[in-house]
Amino acid sequence: MTDKPKVAFYWCASCGGCEEAVVDLAEKVLDVVAAVDIVFWPVALDFKRRDVLAMPDGSLAAVFINGAVRSTEQEEMVHMLRRKAQTVVAFGSCSHLGGIPGLANLFDLDGVLASAYLESPSTVNPDGVLPRPRSEVDGHSLTIPKLYETVRSLDQVIDVDYYLPGCAPTPALIANAVMALLAGTLPPKGSVLAPDVALCDECPRKESKPEQLALSAFKRPSEVILNQEECLLAQGVLCLGAATRGGCEALCIKGNMPCTGCFGATSRVKDQGAKALSAIASMVESNDAAEIERILSSIPDPVGTLYRYSLPASLLRRKHVAAGAGTKG
Amino acid sequence: MPETTTEAGVAPTQFEPKIVAFFCNWCTYLAADLAGTTRLKYAPNIRVVRLMCSGRVDPQFVLEAFVKGADGVLIGGCHPGDCHYESGNYKTLRRFHLLRRMLRDLGIEDERFRLEWISASEAEPLRVAVNDMVEKVRALGPLTLAVPSERAEEPEEVAVP
Repeated sequence: MTDKPKVAFYWCASCGGCEEAVVDLAEKVLDVVAAVDIVFWPVALDFKRRDVLAMPDGSLAAVFINGAVRSTEQEEMVHMLRRKAQTVVAFGSCSHLGGIPGLANLFDLDGVLASAYLESPSTVNPDGVLPRPRSEVDGHSLTIPKLYETVRSLDQVIDVDYYLPGCAPTPALIANAVMALLAGTLPPKGSVLAPDVALCDECPRKESKPEQLALSAFKRPSEVILNQEECLLAQGVLCLGAATRGGCEALCIKGNMPCTGCFGATSRVKDQGAKALSAIASMVESNDAAEIERILSSIPDPVGTLYRYSLPASLLRRKHVAAGAGTKG
Repeated sequence: MPETTTEAGVAPTQFEPKIVAFFCNWCTYLAADLAGTTRLKYAPNIRVVRLMCSGRVDPQFVLEAFVKGADGVLIGGCHPGDCHYESGNYKTLRRFHLLRRMLRDLGIEDERFRLEWISASEAEPLRVAVNDMVEKVRALGPLTLAVPSERAEEPEEVAVP
């Protein structure tokens, strides 16, 4: 081992896209590898948990953790990595805000398991077997981690130093963060390592955004042939750029798709969904309650749309149920 | 309201809902003021926050009120067409409809979130609206938003064939 700074990557409840984002650094990854020793990266390297456990506390310069926290194993691992690392970076939307897995907070655990293992059309499970923390097989007792009722963002479990936003973070932002870390030029603790302005500010279609937006229906991208230069909101497509932090290089917009909010909100906003709701609802072109209701019904799932990546980090954090009621679904 | 008693004859402590009321400076707040000067009594469960316009009610304020312990949130503004700033109350109306749907999806009942148009002279409608909301929220009981603690007991062990 050299005396290069040691870094680790770990994943919790995530899809693997964030790991892909590191690989997407392409030749820049060679600069990173030249500058640091990667001592733990389950997706790519064969180091084990026990190898990290054997290292002294605080001996890792940084650990990048992607994914939300929803199981006992994830919770234990992030606590251990926190002890070993000087700097913890929440990497990607799930770790930063709870992400897509965080939408499980609209249901209780029984509902989530039933949907995944019993009810989905593609499931074949005639015996109705569900994952259990402990199972007896041929006289052996097998254990797996326990799932929690509520999905949490990383900073709801451990102290987090920095956030790299995005689903997934862009190569440019990752490279900037790693270089700033190595150079010791990181901003104050708690910062999100991306510009603190709304996406509209850097949107290539900014000039075509009308002074006043007035919409009589919200359309899905599949329901309309989109002009490639005009503001997507002006075309009636629900774009969350106004309530989302920029820094993503407007990648979705450049692909002619609306912003879905993966970078979270700017530092002035406490609750991305509420702020997006405020902006979107005020664009409805009617002053009549029934007509307003009709126009808004073209947004079939407000929570899933406006909190797509941020439900666990929102003010309400999850669906709430009166004592005794269920949220099967 | 009628007192109910337990078998032991002791009056149970009645649940008193806490309701945060965002009233606009030009209409509903003045109605509340008028109710006071004309000695109209209404339920003391509302905590009034005066804003210049109901359009100033950021949906974040509503969520934060619930998170910080409100059992209900009431927004009061000028009647349609009467907004001091021309269109603030229409924006409130649009946001209210979407926010109520979102709250419903997050498990907060419709009765806990209410919008009323009450002009400066309408002390009596204000009294009726406040009392009605307090009774409806009282019937629902307290809003508890604690994130459920993890399961105390392990799920039953199942033998896998």
